[in-house]
Amino acid sequence: MNRARLFIPMAVFAVLACFLFLGFTLRDPHELPSALIDRPFPDFDLPILGKPGARATRADLVGQRRLVNVWATWCPTCLAEHGELSRIANETGLSVIGINYKDDPSEASRWLARHGDPYDYNIVDVSGDFGVEIGVYGAPETFLVDAEGTIRYKRVGDVNEDIWREELQPAIAALEALR
Amino acid sequence: MIVEFGHFSVVAALLVALALGVVGHVSAVNSVWRSLVATLASCQLLLLAIGFAVLVRAFLVSDFSVAYVAENSNSLLPWYYRVSATWGAHEGSFLLWILIMGVWTWAVSLGCRRLPDEIFGRVLGTMGLLNFGFLLFLLSTSSPFERLLPAAPPEGADLNPLLQDFGLIVHPPLLYTGYVGFAVAFSFAVAALIGGRLDAAWARWSRPWTNVAWAFLTVGIALGSWWAYYELGWGGWWFWDPVENASFMPWLAGTALIHSLAVTEKRGAFKSWTALLAIAAFSLSLLGAFIVRSGVLTSVHAFAVDPERGLFVLALLAIAVGGALAIYGVRAPTIMSRARYGGFSRELLLLVNNAILVVALAFVLHGTLYPLAHEAMTGGEKTSVGAPYFNRGFVPLMCVLACFLALAPVARWKRTPLSLLKNSGLMCVAALCMGLVLPLVLGGAFKVGAAVAVALGIWIMLVHGADVWRRRNSTTRGYLGMTIAHIGFAVALMGIGVTSEFSREVDVRMAVGDSVELNGVTYRFAALRRIEGPNYVADRAEFVTDSGVHLYPEKRHYPVRDQVMTEAGIAAGFVRDLYIALGSALPDGAWGVRIQDKPMVRWVWLGALLMAFGGVLAVTDPRYRRLRATDGLREARGSPWATSGAGPEPSAGEREGAPLARRKREPKAPAVGHSPTT
Repeated sequence: MNRARLFIPMAVFAVLACFLFLGFTLRDPHELPSALIDRPFPDFDLPILGKPGARATRADLVGQRRLVNVWATWCPTCLAEHGELSRIANETGLSVIGINYKDDPSEASRWLARHGDPYDYNIVDVSGDFGVEIGVYGAPETFLVDAEGTIRYKRVGDVNEDIWREELQPAIAALEALR
Repeated sequence: MIVEFGHFSVVAALLVALALGVVGHVSAVNSVWRSLVATLASCQLLLLAIGFAVLVRAFLVSDFSVAYVAENSNSLLPWYYRVSATWGAHEGSFLLWILIMGVWTWAVSLGCRRLPDEIFGRVLGTMGLLNFGFLLFLLSTSSPFERLLPAAPPEGADLNPLLQDFGLIVHPPLLYTGYVGFAVAFSFAVAALIGGRLDAAWARWSRPWTNVAWAFLTVGIALGSWWAYYELGWGGWWFWDPVENASFMPWLAGTALIHSLAVTEKRGAFKSWTALLAIAAFSLSLLGAFIVRSGVLTSVHAFAVDPERGLFVLALLAIAVGGALAIYGVRAPTIMSRARYGGFSRELLLLVNNAILVVALAFVLHGTLYPLAHEAMTGGEKTSVGAPYFNRGFVPLMCVLACFLALAPVARWKRTPLSLLKNSGLMCVAALCMGLVLPLVLGGAFKVGAAVAVALGIWIMLVHGADVWRRRNSTTRGYLGMTIAHIGFAVALMGIGVTSEFSREVDVRMAVGDSVELNGVTYRFAALRRIEGPNYVADRAEFVTDSGVHLYPEKRHYPVRDQVMTEAGIAAGFVRDLYIALGSALPDGAWGVRIQDKPMVRWVWLGALLMAFGGVLAVTDPRYRRLRATDGLREARGSPWATSGAGPEPSAGEREGAPLARRKREPKAPAVGHSPTT
C-alpha cells in the first residue's frame, strides 16, 4: 500500500475539523430552526395564571401579532430577560403572552408581583406537555406569532437588546412588509 | 481554605499528568524509568481524588462562596442530590471525567504491569498526555474551584429541577466511564503504532479494556434512555437528539472495534483497520464532549455555552486525533497482511459486521453534523435533521446486520463447511413463520416492522441457542459472553420493533369514576387521594384496569421547594408497560390524563444489559490471564506472536498458550480478580 494513502483518515479528519471550526465560529446555537416555523401555532386549552377557572385557547391568540414567551421561576435566564421583555411590552405595545412552563402557579404569581408583569396573560403548562407540542428545548424561549396564528420566528435563549434590534425587529418589519 | 487545597491538588495533578506523559514515553526507550510510571499514575489518581472529594464536600456543606456550588446547589437539596449536583453542570462533570480518566490510568498501570516496557510506557504516557490536556482545559477555562469572595451569597441558585433525579446520580458516571475507557484502546493503538508493532499481542492486550469500556457505555446509554422514559412523562425512549447521537457514535465505533479486535487477535488480520477504529472510538467520545460543551449544536443536554471552551475542546480534539492519525499515517504498515479466508468464513462475517457498523456510524455522524456543514457551506442558512431521517437509514442497516449476526456462531475461521449452515437455514424458516404469526396473534394486527424484528430476533436466538447446546461440554467464557451479547442484541431488536409498532396512547379528560379503554385494557379512575410523603404532599390517583392492575400516578408538590413534579404511574412488565401520567387538574375537578400502552418496551433495556453483561463475561475468560504470562515470555525472546494466514483450528494461540501458562501460574494462582487483566 502506498504510504500516502495511509494519510487519508487524517485528511478526512482535517475536513471534519474545519467544518466543526467554521460551524462553531459562524453559528449562533440560540437561533434554532424550528420545525414549526411558518406553521400554525398548535391548538391548546390551558388554564390562565391567577384566574381560577379561566382557560385560554388558540382562538384567543389569533387576531393580533404577539410574542409568546416560555418562562419559569426556576430559570435564572428568564429573570435576566425580564427587563427587556417589559421594555418591549411597554414601549412598542407588542402583545406578549407568557407560557409558565413546568412551574408552580402560586410561585409564578409571586414572581410576577415581585418583578413586574409585562404579559397580557399567562398560560399555565405545569406538566410541560404543551411545551413538548411547541418543541421547547428549555426556558426561556420566545415565538413571534402573526395575526393568523402562524409562527414566524423562534428564539431559544434570552431576548436581549441585540436580539430585539437584530432579529425580532427585522422579523416584525418583514411581517409589516408582507401586508 | 480547604477548597484552595483541592484546587492546588488538581493543579499538582496537572503537573503529574505531564510528568507521566513524558516519563512514560521515555521509559519505553530507557527502561530505567519504568518503575516511576506506575508511581506517577497512582499519584495522579490520589491528587484527583482529593480534588474531587473537596468539591463534593463543598456541595455537602453548602459552601456558597464557591461559585460553582452557588450556581448549582441549594442548602435545601437532599444530601444525595447535593452529591450528584457535583456533576450536574459543566465544570464539575468535567472534573468527574478527569477523575475517571485517572482511575483508568491507574487500573492500566496495575493490570498491565507484566507487559513489556515499551508498550507499558507508551500506553501510560499517552494516557498521561491526554489527561494533561483535559486538566489544562479544566483549569484554564472552567475551574469549579473559583470563589465568590468577599461577597458569598447566602443561598445557592439550585440545581435544575429536571436533574434532581436518581438518573443524574448514576447516568453520567457510567457514561463517562465508557467514554473515557476508550482512551485505553486509543492509547494502546497509538503505543503500538509508535513501536511499529501492530500485532496479535497488541490486540489481545487491549481487548479486555475495550470490552469493559464498551460495557459501561452500553449500560450508560441504556440508563439514559430509561431515565428519559420515566422522567419526561411522555414515554419516549430514544429521540436522536444530537447529544444522544454523541454517545451513540462512540458506541457504534466501539462495537465495530471489539469485533475487529477479535479478528486481529485470532487471525492477525485487519490490523491497521483495528488501530483506526480504536482511534475513531475515542475521537468520537471527544467529539461528543465538544458537541455537549461548546454549544455548537443545540440540545436538551447542552451545558451553558462559552465560546472559549468550545475552541479549547476543538483544539484538544485536533491535537489528540490529528496527532494519532498522523502517527498512523507515518507508522502504519504499508504491507497488507495476507490472511486468507474463504467465501463464507468468520473473517468475512466480521468484515461485513464492521462495514455495516461503520456505514451506520457515518450515517449518524452525517445526520448529526449536517446542520453544521450545511450552514458552513451556505453561509448561515439553518436546517435541522429529524428522527425520520435517522430511522429511514438506520433501521434497514440494523436488520441486515441482524441477518449476518444470526450466522455468527456457526461460521468458522477461514472456511465454513456448508453442512453447518443447513440447520441455521431451517431455523431461519422456523423463525420467519414465528415472526409472521406471533405479532399477529399477540398484537392483533400485522405490522411489517414488528414481524421482521421478531423473525430476526427469534432466528438469532435459535441459532445461538442450538450452538450452545451443541458445545455444551466445551464452552469458554469468551464464547458464552459473545452468545449472551448477541442474544441481548436480539432481545433489544425485538423490543424496539414491537414497541415502535404496537405502542398506543390516548390523552383524555377523566374524573373519578370514569373509564377509558385502550388497546383492549379498560382503565378506571378509581380514586383520588391527597397523601403526605416525607417531604411532599401529592394528589395521588388510583387507576384500576379490568385485569386488576393498580397504577398510582401522582402530582407531587414539595412545599419546602414550592415545586410541582409529575410522577408517572408505571405498571412495568416483561410483556408490556402500562403507563399513566397525570396532566393538569382541570377546573371542574377532572384531570388531564395521558395513558400509554407500551408492549415489550423493557426488552430494549434488558437487551442492552445482556449485551453489557456478555462483554464483561468475555473479559473474565481465564485465557486473558493465561496468555498474558505467555506473551511476557515471548516478548522476552523477541519472537513475534502473530501468525497470519495458516494456523490450526480453533486457534494456534489457545493450544500453544495453555501448557506454558499452566506452568507459569502454578506457584500462586491468582484469585479470579477485581482487575480484568491481571
